Amino acid sequence: MKAVKTSPDVASTYADQVDGLYYYLIGVSVFFTIAICALIIYFSVRYRRQSDADRPAPTKDGKLLEILGSVIPFILVMIMFFWGAKLYFDARMPPKDAIEILVTGKQWMWKLQHPNGKREINDLHVPVGVPIKLTMTSEDVIHSFYLPDFRKKMDVVPGKYTQMWFKPEEEGAYNLFCAEYCGTEHSLMVGKLYVVGQEEYEKWLNTRWVDGAPMANVDTNDPVAAGEEIWDTNCAAACHTGKAGAIAPNIVDKFGTMRDLEGGEQILMDENYVRNSMQNPNEHIAKGYPAAMVSFKGTLNTTQMNQVIAYLKSRSTADSE
Amino acid sequence: MNDSAEQPTYNYLTAGDTVKSWLLTVDHKRIGVLYLIAMTCFFLVGGTAAGLFRLELATHNPDVLSNDTYNKLFTMHGIIMVFFFLIPAVPGVLGNFLVPLMIGAKDVAFPRLNLASWYIYMLGGSFTLLAVLLGGIDTGWTFYTPYSSVYADSNVILAGTGVFITGFSSILTGLNFIVTIHKMRAPGMTWMRLPLFIWAQYATSIINILGTPVIAITLLLVVFERAFGFGIFDPARGGDPVLYQHLFWFYSHPAVYIMILPGFGVVSEVLACCSRKRIYGYEFVAFSSLAIAAIGFFVWGHHMFTSSQSEYAALIFSVLTYLVGIPTAIKIFNWTATLYKGSIELSAPMIYTLGFIGLFLVGGLTGLFLATMAVNVHLHDTYFVVAHFHYVMVGGMMMAWLAGLHFWWPKMFGKMYNEFWARIGAVVIFFGFNFTFFPQFIAGYMGMPRRYHVYAPEYQPFQMLSTTGAFFMGIGLLICMVTLISSLFKKGYCGRNPFKATGLEWNQAASPPNTHNFTAPVVVDVEAYDYTDERIYQDA
Repeated sequence: MKAVKTSPDVASTYADQVDGLYYYLIGVSVFFTIAICALIIYFSVRYRRQSDADRPAPTKDGKLLEILGSVIPFILVMIMFFWGAKLYFDARMPPKDAIEILVTGKQWMWKLQHPNGKREINDLHVPVGVPIKLTMTSEDVIHSFYLPDFRKKMDVVPGKYTQMWFKPEEEGAYNLFCAEYCGTEHSLMVGKLYVVGQEEYEKWLNTRWVDGAPMANVDTNDPVAAGEEIWDTNCAAACHTGKAGAIAPNIVDKFGTMRDLEGGEQILMDENYVRNSMQNPNEHIAKGYPAAMVSFKGTLNTTQMNQVIAYLKSRSTADSE
Repeated sequence: MNDSAEQPTYNYLTAGDTVKSWLLTVDHKRIGVLYLIAMTCFFLVGGTAAGLFRLELATHNPDVLSNDTYNKLFTMHGIIMVFFFLIPAVPGVLGNFLVPLMIGAKDVAFPRLNLASWYIYMLGGSFTLLAVLLGGIDTGWTFYTPYSSVYADSNVILAGTGVFITGFSSILTGLNFIVTIHKMRAPGMTWMRLPLFIWAQYATSIINILGTPVIAITLLLVVFERAFGFGIFDPARGGDPVLYQHLFWFYSHPAVYIMILPGFGVVSEVLACCSRKRIYGYEFVAFSSLAIAAIGFFVWGHHMFTSSQSEYAALIFSVLTYLVGIPTAIKIFNWTATLYKGSIELSAPMIYTLGFIGLFLVGGLTGLFLATMAVNVHLHDTYFVVAHFHYVMVGGMMMAWLAGLHFWWPKMFGKMYNEFWARIGAVVIFFGFNFTFFPQFIAGYMGMPRRYHVYAPEYQPFQMLSTTGAFFMGIGLLICMVTLISSLFKKGYCGRNPFKATGLEWNQAASPPNTHNFTAPVVVDVEAYDYTDERIYQDA
């Protein structure tokens, strides 16, 4: 009989750190559970009605016990809070050198796209030892991208981009689940994360596989090139010149920077901002320019908007993050 | 009268035996019994749904149910158990029966409104059952958008309307209790002499009044978006799906306290009686209920750490969640301390109560795991969460409910059940429960997502244990039901105060109480839980 596994794999240093905190929580919980249960059982036996235990007249309630009963738990939980918050914030900031993979959730599959445009469904290949940043959105309902062996999860929400990142440190195949209930085949919206060696990843990335056999000349459908074409053919290149008297600011190399808005506010030009500007251009008006942009809602689909974003990212001169 | 005395022939049960006399009654005790019957039916429907999908989950492959049927069953289980059992059980049955009796009042402040609450509850329940009969609903009890408002192909509008309507029953009952507790206490029944059950009902009623309107509006918006295409939550129409989660949890987190606080009240009563002592730190226990009710309104975002809400908001929600844990810890310490140098009798209600403390403790401590942000990211939406809230809801609330039902059963019906079988039922439920839900903590930490019909084979051992445990839990519940119901056909009379408890309901009212509760004017001259008072040991 195979031994029953009772804990998930540890696929990254971060997973190990989360486990450390988890064991602290288990320690505190087991201590209090055993202490309280032991007291209850002991009292129930010692002071059962038939026993002749000493039962003095009722004494006044001790304030000391109440204070200790609040202060000790308070200290223990504040340790949990700071420890948990620190790890959480660490886990939110992707490193600059991360490989960015585009994730699209759709009832009931995961669509994944590598930087060179190569696509996969439900399976995701990544190189070992390199941080991977996922930029995620959904085409329909809310999904949630969950890698239990990395202790990471993030909801994938329609109408906006969310991000998560992880750094695989062991080669292998890991579970990928949808964790947010999304309808009939929710439990079939699962896949595998394949962590492979650096060279193998390069080879995989630049090869087209047909029925398990490699074929030459991968058709990459490069998102940057596609995005550039959309940019050029939809007048953006003509409008967003930023020259004197131009109708719109030059933003082609500004991705990742703070932009000035009418009214004095600033906003970060990120995926959500660019997407929103294409759909609702008059929500945020660039400082010094008229509200003249037309909406591309209904004209550009999610894939095309992603391509525009990829193009702007490729041109960016900003220090990312 | 004493133990051997005859049961009083005129009481609230014998006051009229026509169907009309029950369906048009404004007697709070009869309304309590109406709730008891209705709620038991809902509980059985919700439990049957759970039994079916538990059977399915015994193996990792699909066996007996289709995807859609599975999804509809867990949704039905959730909606019925949360909105039609957990929330109304203790207030609807025990609260209605006991609040006036415990404070020395003739009835609640608004008896007709009280009856209206029951009808509203039944109307809401009918809508929900109709949704089930017409093909079911598959959104999960959480109704997350845009799945519920746009994509789901099931009876969301009917079920949503059902829950919307039922909410008004909670609001009106809450209103009724608050006014009753403020205005109708007997002379001498000061706030600090109130039984802790009353404090708990009071805190619960406040949450009901403040929180329930929010869920009502939220579900109405879902219904409107679905029926008329409003763009509130659907991003394709300019809405925000995460806004729904904020609105939903703004009610549904406090709702956890709506479910559990009345249980705290029951536990305090039983514990004091069965250890013959005043509850240790009465004031702390009373005010911790109010503290929980207040802080509980500001922690909803801990359900949303992975939802894309702001990280800084998450930080605040996390720290407030720990703070709500402190008054809960105080309660557990005080209940345990109450046992010290008590005179403990392990009667059936006491076994349920001690079981409650142990299980609720595990439920509360595992709540700390989920309040811890980095750990939450891993555990969110896994079986760990399922196990955690079942420890709180079933291990906590249901155990407390059964404790209360066994404790006040003789007062409600004038009959004592078979104590031996009642204890067996309690013990079987306790062990069956742990067998069912403890393995789910491990499955959850291993990463098994909840609401999975088909799952990876490595989780199967835990799911099999769960299904086995659920079978024993079902047996325990069956023993419990048969024991209680068969007692109604017994001869013999339980006496006015079979547990020798303090409290007006035991010492100044008959079992079952007559229509007007008390035959003589009630004046209170003792503190709550004064087990040195000789009068409770006499059957005068």
